[in-house]
Amino acid sequence: MNFIAADYGTMVLLLILVAASLAMYFIKDLLHAVVVFGAYSLTMALLWLQMNTPDLAITEAASGICMTVLMMIVILRTSRKGE
Amino acid sequence: MNLKIKKLFALAVILMSVYMIIMVVAELPPYGEPNNPVHNNVSERYINDALHDTGVPNMVTAIVFDYRAYDTMFEAIVLFAATLAVVITLKRWKKAGDNK
Amino acid sequence: MKDFILKHIAAIILPFICIYGFYVILHGHISPGGSFAGGIIVGLSFIAFITIYGSRKGHAQMPDKVLVFMESYGTLWYGIMGMIGIFKGVPFLANKLAGVNLGAPWALSSGGLISLIGIGVGIRVTSTIITLFFTMMEDES
Repeated sequence: MNFIAADYGTMVLLLILVAASLAMYFIKDLLHAVVVFGAYSLTMALLWLQMNTPDLAITEAASGICMTVLMMIVILRTSRKGE
Repeated sequence: MNLKIKKLFALAVILMSVYMIIMVVAELPPYGEPNNPVHNNVSERYINDALHDTGVPNMVTAIVFDYRAYDTMFEAIVLFAATLAVVITLKRWKKAGDNK
Repeated sequence: MKDFILKHIAAIILPFICIYGFYVILHGHISPGGSFAGGIIVGLSFIAFITIYGSRKGHAQMPDKVLVFMESYGTLWYGIMGMIGIFKGVPFLANKLAGVNLGAPWALSSGGLISLIGIGVGIRVTSTIITLFFTMMEDES
């Protein structure tokens, strides 16, 4: 197998993806886990850009990084208030 | 002791399934090759005729809003139903005489 | 939230985010993006406004009546656009068959029904996100 430079970039991104998803499991504080989820989505958006799909990159950046993280933070705040 | 055996058994099952998934992924055709089985006459037809059929250069939009317009319409309706369900279950309706 | 810097930076940045979202919706058929992503971006600019300035000011900017209007008529708009085909005597949601003028390929007004449908879908995705956020923020304030 012969790799070009872009393949190594993809491999680094995939390793960050695996590390972020494992970190989400091991981190105890939920707010920190949500922030790590944002990092996971950012890596995923860069991966989509690497695969020449800017459509999915824009959607992932908007919905994954901003919307999901914001909604999870709001849900955490409201659910902690009820305890 | 019993718990340890259970955990070892779970670990063995996980390792076996990981091995299975890795073997299946290794069998997949390489990414981005022109001779892959997904590049059949369907995608060829879209690539060749999308601009002529719809007049739209962005092929994703052409497929989503023209070739598969029914799917997108019901996707929009599913989104509407999901919003309706969230509002019904989570919104706090103010009753008459409720001092909250 | 009572942060002076956050409020003033948001006042500068948020209009540009909103306009970028409108750009992505309107250019969904000639550049990468699309109405779903564009609607999410417009909704996010409002969500940032709500989180920074508070739920009460957000309600003043986006009353519930406007949200309900956007939500229901954005969905209905898709069906209305589809009925054009039926009135012309061709199948539902037909675009080129219905004799709609497709226009020049790279123009903003090209694509016939596609760009019109895209605007409707963008509006309803925006209202969906803002409605969800208002519903979840209700307990605070």
